[in-house]
Amino acid sequence: MAEIVGAYFTSHVPAIGGAIHKGIQQEPYWKPFFDGFPKVHEWLAEVKPTVAVVFNNDHGLNFFLDKMPTFAVGAAHEYQNADEGWGLPLYKPFKGDPGLSWHIIEQLVDDEFDITTCQTMLVDHALSIPFELAWPGVDEWPVKLVPLHINTVQHPLPSAKRALAFGRSVHRALASWGADERIVVIGTGGLSHQLDGERAGFMNSDYDRFCMDHLASDPDALTKHDVHEIVRLAGTQGVEILNWIAARGALGAGAREIHRNYHLPISNTAAATMLLDPA
Amino acid sequence: MVAPPKQPIPGTHLFDGEAAAKGLALNAMCYSFNDAANRAAFLADEEAYCAKYHLTAEQRAAVAARDVIGMIRAGDNIYYLAKLAGIFGLNVQDVGSMQTGASLAAFNEMLAAQGRGETYETAHREMTHG
Repeated sequence: MAEIVGAYFTSHVPAIGGAIHKGIQQEPYWKPFFDGFPKVHEWLAEVKPTVAVVFNNDHGLNFFLDKMPTFAVGAAHEYQNADEGWGLPLYKPFKGDPGLSWHIIEQLVDDEFDITTCQTMLVDHALSIPFELAWPGVDEWPVKLVPLHINTVQHPLPSAKRALAFGRSVHRALASWGADERIVVIGTGGLSHQLDGERAGFMNSDYDRFCMDHLASDPDALTKHDVHEIVRLAGTQGVEILNWIAARGALGAGAREIHRNYHLPISNTAAATMLLDPA
Repeated sequence: MVAPPKQPIPGTHLFDGEAAAKGLALNAMCYSFNDAANRAAFLADEEAYCAKYHLTAEQRAAVAARDVIGMIRAGDNIYYLAKLAGIFGLNVQDVGSMQTGASLAAFNEMLAAQGRGETYETAHREMTHG
């Protein structure tokens, strides 16, 4: 049987990838953020995951607005990164785990989630940067990938309550997966930030701390705000907290916080990194 | 039943169905900039490239003026707009400065002030009034 070894959460600001590429992680601007990662590396070396189930959001690479699924599940043998419009160096490809993808899809549909399934899916910085942060400098990723996409771009977005239920359904699939795998759940993005409008540059550490303080012990507390209220509290792009909420659901009922790093600003974003053990 | 309209959030333009419908042509053009050849084609002949995507007059004017708030009002989504901004070498701080009307230095200082524990409201007031 598969084992869920824990959950890893981190922000995915594109500039983080730039800092990694330039090798400036120890410069004063970046150090407080990258200082959150030695503990992540140590933890991953201990729990030794073989598969990553990742909740993230596309930023106009794989999905255009002509077809925008609320929830989509990748079921590919391989996932590639591609030019996101800035001509940056491409991130490494990812090996898929289509067997687990289809097992998750079966469970989600059985639980009445009307998802989109994707046998091809490009993955962007929202997925690549958390991997670069977790496994710096490797030639190939030590885990297979199942990517799950949540629409955080075009309103109406799914509610936080729905995102948590989505994650809990994924948990049921992981808990019943017969393969001998060690599964790490990953939630990416956030925390508070707003890129667009006259309120650009908005961050809110009070709300971020509320989210981090309740993530392990009481994730349902994060579902008391509707999406409009989350935009008000976290900023237009802070709604990426939906990825964290879904990932928390996928970890299982109990969780224990073992690591947290929070630093702002990274670009326009309040950046956070957390690790949770199952409990 | 559809919920009643929510209280607007100051300085915030929700990218909802109305915006998505209004902005489709502009967002389609910006989406095309994932391809380097299309970025080059835009730079070589901006007028022709915009015409190919049938931008509305409002969208074309906002793009010509490099008016970020104007593009958002015309239905551009920031993730797509960021691809256009990238063509001009602008990052999200540049775009933030353009939207708030503050200098780049003042916008960056507003971000840094929040890093020192100031609330957004205080940091924003200092950015606006010095």
